Amino acid sequence: MEIKVLGPGCKNCKNLAKVVQDAVAELKIDARIEKVEDMDQIVQAGIMITPGLIINGKVKSTGKVPKKDAVIKMIQEEA
Amino acid sequence: MTLMTILQSGINELLEYLSAHVLTCLVPAFFIAGGVAALVSTGAVLKYFGPRAPKHLAYGVASVSGGILAVCSCTVLPLFAGIHKKGAGLGPAVTFLFSGPAINILAIVLTARKMGWELGLARAIGAVVFSIVIGLLMAFIFRKEERRKLNDDAGMFAGEEGKPVGHLLAFFGTLMAILLFGTMAIPFWSKVAIIMALLSFLAVVLTQWYDGDEVREWLLETWKFVKLIFPILLVGVFVAGVLKVVIPTHWISSSVGGNSLSANLVASVVGSLMYFSTLTEVPIVKALLDMGMGKGPALALLLAGPSLSLPNMLVVRSVMGTKRTLVYVLLVVTLATVTGMIFGSIVG
Repeated sequence: MEIKVLGPGCKNCKNLAKVVQDAVAELKIDARIEKVEDMDQIVQAGIMITPGLIINGKVKSTGKVPKKDAVIKMIQEEA
Repeated sequence: MTLMTILQSGINELLEYLSAHVLTCLVPAFFIAGGVAALVSTGAVLKYFGPRAPKHLAYGVASVSGGILAVCSCTVLPLFAGIHKKGAGLGPAVTFLFSGPAINILAIVLTARKMGWELGLARAIGAVVFSIVIGLLMAFIFRKEERRKLNDDAGMFAGEEGKPVGHLLAFFGTLMAILLFGTMAIPFWSKVAIIMALLSFLAVVLTQWYDGDEVREWLLETWKFVKLIFPILLVGVFVAGVLKVVIPTHWISSSVGGNSLSANLVASVVGSLMYFSTLTEVPIVKALLDMGMGKGPALALLLAGPSLSLPNMLVVRSVMGTKRTLVYVLLVVTLATVTGMIFGSIVG
């Protein structure tokens, strides 16, 4: 499973990365978490409002930091 | 001048801002900002910036939606890049870029409160009109180079349905009414009665049309804003108070006093380069006004200040290139100067 957290590096983006890490740890799954901070890549990926969350290529969330349970649900949807 | 005098001036300034006078306008404004962040669906606004959206809508929405979309200041960039390269194009993207920091309900409310409703209104109208004019000018100047470069990506802007507009109007309308009546010069008990009535109405609106999660989200976003902005505002206020005694007033009155071209120009240029954290431009400009800055130059600073700063210019440059960035900055400084001069001559 490939999870991407996209954002140029402000507090919200870092928070999202942390929430995702916690969610993955709780689910005990094998997932590769990548933090994308390059603006071009972020736009190319279709994220207009950061922070963005992409799981296995699908955009699951933009513009907010979902709670850990919401992230867990998103991961399970894409498993 | 002693350290005591300096500290005292800072503290005095703080006390002026921590007054009922200021708080009655700031508190509702924070709730409104929180409401915008929590309840206005960014997806619903996004669809106006697609490549096939009617241009007049793109400009119009861009000029006012900065406050809705750019809630996290770092998100201005991807949005700007996205609208520019894949959506409605350079014009609306620049309009959005300028209006984001400029159309800030907290800042406009505080400006009106501390520096008079004329300046607050001028700032609000100026920001909207500016952003559209600058966007249009940029689109015109660079029209030949802005032919569709990347493939249309209407999908990105498909957006999503937001809450019904009526529900949003009821909610925000009531909050705005609380703000307006709270700050109006009417007898105290009439004010209390009206506000209680408005709050009851708000409670009804919330129970009928909003669920618990949304209300929680609203309160959470409001609190996040307070935590983020209020401390910095207080620092700005303290610094402004300090500046008032540290900087000789004749420096201010000779460089930006009156309403001359040079006064407005200096104010615009300084505003464009200086970085202002959200809301801090208000105590600083107020202090400058107290020290002899003219009203025209004050408006020029308020228009050029929040949207531009040296760090911001560098970052924008990485998205739209040096040439466009320079033109953008020049347009802002010129328009701010001119607007300042016009305003200065109207209010005298």
